[in-house]
Amino acid sequence: MKVLMFGWEFPPHITGGLGTASYGMTKGLLKRGAEILFVVPKAYGDEDQRAVRLINASDIEINVEDTEFLELTKNLTYMEVGSNLIPYLDPEEFRKFSHETKLEKELRKKSVFSRKYKFSGKYGKDLMEEVARYALVGAAIGANNDFDVIHAHDWLAYFAGVAAKKVSGKPLVVHMHATEFDRTGDNVNTIVYDIEKRGMMAADRVMAVSNLTRKIVIDKYGIPPEKVVTVHNAIDPMDKPEVLNVKKVVKEKVVTFLGRITFQKGPEYFVETAHKVLQKDRNVRFVMAGSGDMMNKMILRAAKLKIADRFHFTGFLKGEAVDRMFALSDVFVMPSVSEPFGLVPLEAMRTNVPVIVSKQSGVAEILKHAIKVDFWDVDGTADAIYGLLHYKALSETFKKYGKKEVDDLKWENAAVKIMDVYKDVVGNKENQ
Amino acid sequence: MRSICFYFQVHQPFRLKTYRFFDMGVDHHYYDEYQNRTIMQRIAKKCYLPANALMLDLIKEHGKDFNVAFSISGLAIEQFERYAPEVLESFKTLAATGNVEFLAETYAHSLASMKSRDEFERQVNLHSKRIQELFGQEPVTFRNTELIYSDDIGEAVADMGYKTILTEGAKHVLGWKSPNFVYRHPVRNDVKLLLKNFRLSDDIAFRFSDQGWGEWPLTADKYTAWLKDIDKEQHVVNLFMDYETFGEHQWADSGIFDFMKAMPGQVLKETGFKFSKPKDIAREIDAVDEIHVPNAISWADEERDLTAWLGNELQDEAFGKLYSIEENVKSCNDDEIMRDWNYLQASDHFYYMCTKWFSDGDVHRYFNPYPSPYEAFINYMNVLSDFMIRVEEKCNPDILDKINKATDEMAETARKKVEGFSEKVKEEASNAKEKAANKARETWDDVKDYSLEDIAKMSNEGVKKLLKKIDTDELAHVMKNAGDEVRNKIIPNLTKTAKTNFEKLEKEIKSVKKSDIKKYTDKIEDELKRFWKKK
Repeated sequence: MKVLMFGWEFPPHITGGLGTASYGMTKGLLKRGAEILFVVPKAYGDEDQRAVRLINASDIEINVEDTEFLELTKNLTYMEVGSNLIPYLDPEEFRKFSHETKLEKELRKKSVFSRKYKFSGKYGKDLMEEVARYALVGAAIGANNDFDVIHAHDWLAYFAGVAAKKVSGKPLVVHMHATEFDRTGDNVNTIVYDIEKRGMMAADRVMAVSNLTRKIVIDKYGIPPEKVVTVHNAIDPMDKPEVLNVKKVVKEKVVTFLGRITFQKGPEYFVETAHKVLQKDRNVRFVMAGSGDMMNKMILRAAKLKIADRFHFTGFLKGEAVDRMFALSDVFVMPSVSEPFGLVPLEAMRTNVPVIVSKQSGVAEILKHAIKVDFWDVDGTADAIYGLLHYKALSETFKKYGKKEVDDLKWENAAVKIMDVYKDVVGNKENQ
Repeated sequence: MRSICFYFQVHQPFRLKTYRFFDMGVDHHYYDEYQNRTIMQRIAKKCYLPANALMLDLIKEHGKDFNVAFSISGLAIEQFERYAPEVLESFKTLAATGNVEFLAETYAHSLASMKSRDEFERQVNLHSKRIQELFGQEPVTFRNTELIYSDDIGEAVADMGYKTILTEGAKHVLGWKSPNFVYRHPVRNDVKLLLKNFRLSDDIAFRFSDQGWGEWPLTADKYTAWLKDIDKEQHVVNLFMDYETFGEHQWADSGIFDFMKAMPGQVLKETGFKFSKPKDIAREIDAVDEIHVPNAISWADEERDLTAWLGNELQDEAFGKLYSIEENVKSCNDDEIMRDWNYLQASDHFYYMCTKWFSDGDVHRYFNPYPSPYEAFINYMNVLSDFMIRVEEKCNPDILDKINKATDEMAETARKKVEGFSEKVKEEASNAKEKAANKARETWDDVKDYSLEDIAKMSNEGVKKLLKKIDTDELAHVMKNAGDEVRNKIIPNLTKTAKTNFEKLEKEIKSVKKSDIKKYTDKIEDELKRFWKKK
């Protein structure tokens, strides 16, 4: 099975769970006999290419005189980054962007649609233009490579997938790692929503990372249920056992939140929970690791609750720092308001940390050895934390079963399900 | 005589409410009144009342040939009193027929037999007393929580005077033996064991409404035929089950009541079996063999062991902590503490913490009010933590008070003693000082004439003082004639200058008049006298 995959990021150059999941998936698929061409907008050269052959979209040339290209361009350039796309831009960048002169804008657009273009591969001001350009590249790659099935990860890559399908006639699978509703709550960006919907409609099959996401796809995008399958994410076992030996430096117990400090992740519930626990037990430290638009608000809230001496902010952590943070933690909490999947608790469990996850997360669907609470249930969460910190048998049991559970959630097992989907759509195509 | 022994278990735990850690020390009410009342009233309506009515009908219909046994936990009795007194009345009516035997068990439906002999006995006695009060009969047959049994438990029960014990006919204990005989304890030969025929019991209790079961639907005809097939040498068939089988586990519309209504009549008519009480079976049928049960068995799950209640880390921690305070609780003599002590021992709390259902089926899940064993454990431990604080505070105050009082008293006495003593010491010391001074004075006064020789007996300190008053020149003269003792006393005590001066003078003085020596000696001796008088 040859797979042409379109992603937006690939380790080590990642900003969130998407890159990690795509990478793990390709490794699992390799073990199940798939051969993968993985396209990213921008390759850095230091990616791990043992499981995939990486195609750098920035290297692909496009014939700008081609009529087909012009047609595509016309269809795609209507996308404009509006002010409601803020989640993808940090405030600094957005300010620059909105003060751009008309001339600058023209030049920028022209550059994106020239013969050759270096993608930024970020989530910046050129995002929409890059998405469109990526589609053109997708068409070019689709025309010039040999593969059986196309697999596109999240909306940024959907048009590329659709374009590749159009030129090659091969079946398309799109993967929903997060929907626009998860990212923005109810302030949905209609352009993004539209791309997601069009991508899913054009696809032969939609993979959702959880039943929760599957339901959103069906209910809010109107995708026929029979087209949508749930493939829960997985995680590969810890490859750095030495982090497990990291010595704790503080004598107090450590309770950790790790993720973007944004509405979606429910950081304010974590602060309130901390307050509740600290009223009864001062021998606990709470750590909020990550950054995001709600960070300042959280700092103020912690100060106002007079818990700042026990509530700490680390800023954005990645790579080994994440594992070290877990190694220092006694409890990990993910109070997400909406979480399509939520890989971080699995990383915590892999490091022997008991986890509390919100019932509103996809990962709660597959975890047995985790405490599940409603994200708004501050009392319940506080109680679970207290229990984990004070009743030794509880944390021991979690460590014992949790580590085993997460070690069994291998990508190679999830890959079996993905391979079945591939075979299914390829078979269908051949029968038509 | 061939007998069928029906024994029904009646038990409801006091389920805990959601109890948070911040409730500790603030809220001492642990139970979910609403849930307990609702469940009790629902089961009363669906099961206890109609089933009791059915039993009464069967007794009226078949008279002495239809007898049954009940074991009703103390906690269930308390809940009947509180939430469904009419159920208790209907049991009293059944008791009055004489066709019903009430068994002894642990009051709290507890696992005390696995931990504390004392507590086990306390609960069995408490339960027995309660049964006598309610139903006017003293239990003589014993069944332990969840039919838990071992040789040791059998012995403890025998020590309490029970001669008949009900337990599970576990395959791994029976081996090739049939449960359809009376057996005995290997050491206490007078103790008879009735073993559950789990196949025929579970056909009713678990499989009755299972449409996937090959024998579904189970009819009185079919069941009677199975009983008929039993070898004539086998005298007893023990059908032990939860009473909630009727109407709660197997719903009324499954036909369970109709089955139970029809089956006894048909059995009596077509087979040689009668329906007997355990105590009658034990009296009339001899034991064929002994049964060894070195490790505890129960009637639960495939394994027929205790792993549904004890064995995982959570259960063992909670169980261990609970019984760690047993002695304190008992020293307490406080009704509320005792009540909670009973309620918290119910085996159900530990059952909710079972992790087995993660892998094997959802039988456990059905009866579990918690989403996972973790929540069950946290909630129980929160409650237990508060209970332990209360026990510590309430159940030691006497001892603490006594200790405090005793300590205070001792401190007071000691203080007084020390004060008195130091006064005395001070007085004595001051007296002694005065006496010594006087004595010294007297001693020296007695010496009529102070002589130079006396200097040798003086302290260096005194000599130094004395020398200050004496002219070095005169001293040098006197020394010419003085003994070594005196010289050795005086010379080291001279100041540096005086010494130099003294040595110089001594060399210069070649010859001295005797009168001068006498004159200077007298002068020194006078000084000596003045020195001592001054003291």
